[in-house]
Amino acid sequence: MADFLSDFAEKFGLMFLGLAAFAVVVGVLLFLADRAPKRGRDVLQLLIFLLPAGILLTVGLIYPAVNTTVLSFFNRNSQEFVGFDNFVWMFTQPSIQITLINTLIWVALVPTLSTIFGLAYAVFIDKSKGEKVLKSLVFMPMAISFVGAGIIWRFMYEYRAEGFSEQIGVLNQIIVWVGGEPQQFLQNSPWNTFFLIIVMVWIQTGFAMVLLSAAIKGVPVEIIEASRLDGANPWQTFWNVTVPGIRSTLVVVVTTISIATLKVFDIVRAMTGGNFDTSVVANEMYTQAFNRGEFGQGSALAVVLFVMVLPIVVYNVRIMRKQKEIR
Amino acid sequence: MSTSSGTNAGTSTDKVQKAETKLDKPLGQRNKATGGGKAKRVKQRLTSRWATFAAIVIAVVWTIPTFGLLVSSIRTPEEIRTTGWWNIFVSPSFTLENYAEVLTVSGASSANLGQYFVNSLVIAIPAALFPIALATMAAYAFAWIKFKGSGALFVLVFALQIVPLQMALVPLLQIFSGVLGISGTFPAVWIAHTIFGLPLCIFLLHNFISEIPGEVVEAARVDGANHTQIFFRVIIPLSLPALASIGIFQFLWVWNDLLVALVFSGGTADVAPLTQRLAELVGNFGRNTERLPAAAFISLIIPLIVFFSLQRYFVRGLLAGSTKG
Repeated sequence: MADFLSDFAEKFGLMFLGLAAFAVVVGVLLFLADRAPKRGRDVLQLLIFLLPAGILLTVGLIYPAVNTTVLSFFNRNSQEFVGFDNFVWMFTQPSIQITLINTLIWVALVPTLSTIFGLAYAVFIDKSKGEKVLKSLVFMPMAISFVGAGIIWRFMYEYRAEGFSEQIGVLNQIIVWVGGEPQQFLQNSPWNTFFLIIVMVWIQTGFAMVLLSAAIKGVPVEIIEASRLDGANPWQTFWNVTVPGIRSTLVVVVTTISIATLKVFDIVRAMTGGNFDTSVVANEMYTQAFNRGEFGQGSALAVVLFVMVLPIVVYNVRIMRKQKEIR
Repeated sequence: MSTSSGTNAGTSTDKVQKAETKLDKPLGQRNKATGGGKAKRVKQRLTSRWATFAAIVIAVVWTIPTFGLLVSSIRTPEEIRTTGWWNIFVSPSFTLENYAEVLTVSGASSANLGQYFVNSLVIAIPAALFPIALATMAAYAFAWIKFKGSGALFVLVFALQIVPLQMALVPLLQIFSGVLGISGTFPAVWIAHTIFGLPLCIFLLHNFISEIPGEVVEAARVDGANHTQIFFRVIIPLSLPALASIGIFQFLWVWNDLLVALVFSGGTADVAPLTQRLAELVGNFGRNTERLPAAAFISLIIPLIVFFSLQRYFVRGLLAGSTKG
């Protein structure tokens, strides 16, 4: 206990030191901006406001992105230029091909399913009693870490060989109750990928639901009323009035979840470690670069990940530009 | 929305509050605001038994996994290993043994979660505050200081959001270990999280700050205030709600992160956060089965407290950049 307390004190001391140092740096910068000489004051103030973020982003994201791209053309320890070898390796190695296909399956299924479930739920509970509680239940997984979610679902999928002991996983117990054979959900390829995807859908549905619910409430009641008076049934009203009314939010939801899905790493790491043909690009990149020391191949995978995300960025920037013009 | 004054005079705080009432107002009040009985009539026609049933099914299915884990965590290790958690309804039992074990027992083969819990806190608090502070400054510059190329630069920052972390890891690690010599320390993890959090924070805060009415900023400028003064006296007070919500979001993100921690913390009990220790425990699932539920729940406690007590702000942070337009 004494060890723990001294450890505790030491670490929190370090934390307050860090916070204080940060406050001093920012404080001095802003003080300088405040006292700048009249001549060139605007430029100086602009620089000071942008500089900290600018330096960090340049050093931490722009330079690394460029550097990784360069490294992807070098061999494992970045000594020798190998051209496109790493990319050729990626597309010819069967295990990596599976990784690429898995990533495509993830990005096709997770945003679609999360959005459908989230939208359906948001519509069903709209204006119902206890809406807040019902929303909390589905939104709660958003607060849980991917690792935590991985553990939660490992217990859902837990397998015990038939006849040796009782099932402790809910899903297998249900299968046994209806007379089936227990399954090794996380090991039977290719279905195990889908069982991992369920975890991500479980997490992201709440996110989709909250945003879409807010958007649905923004659709004017009068228009819905009018369409009902014109004889549209609820389904037609939903499809022709509500959905167009929430289109921009739908775009945001789908793109955000798509990006999160492409980068998914923790779930695979915590549930299968990428074994049994479940790896995805983000996980494989980590395995190659940090577990095997193959920096060239790891970088090439990172580049592929970036290329996969790129169309989504371009699309989003275009939408943002358009919105700016309207404003 | 109910208020239709015709102008976009609402300040950003105003907007937030409106968004919030939109979310939180009970049915009755909302109807009054949006057109009384009409909404009620529409509602009655749209409600069907099947929809209610489907909603309940979704709610139950979404809750069972977490509930099962909670129940498991308070059963004895023997029971966790041999029977399913639903047996608690048949033979109720309750113990805090698992929590005591993973938190307090120290030694090479035990979970040592107490120590990692402290690490998580020490990582997450500064890693939530730093990016917010720097992002507020940058967002102000983008929104209210006119300069050439402002728009293009902002788009660049927005696009950086989507550089996969994976691309930045190797070079950044080299800088940390080679140039700065701080690899495997708290400052390394703080800086990494600050960098990765900045693009999104700048983007979200810019949305709020740029909607502060020009008259307010102009009035301060006429009074002779320079940018620093405007920043402290006008911008920060008006965007406090946004700062709080985005701060909570960033805190949860950092608390739940595994990748950045794996790469930059060095993996030791001195620096690594809860998530990393949990991932290790899962790694040898068979041996740790009975410890995992309690361990997982300890890592969930802070996020769940934050979530349930500050849910409103959390949601607001989510909505900040997304339901616009």
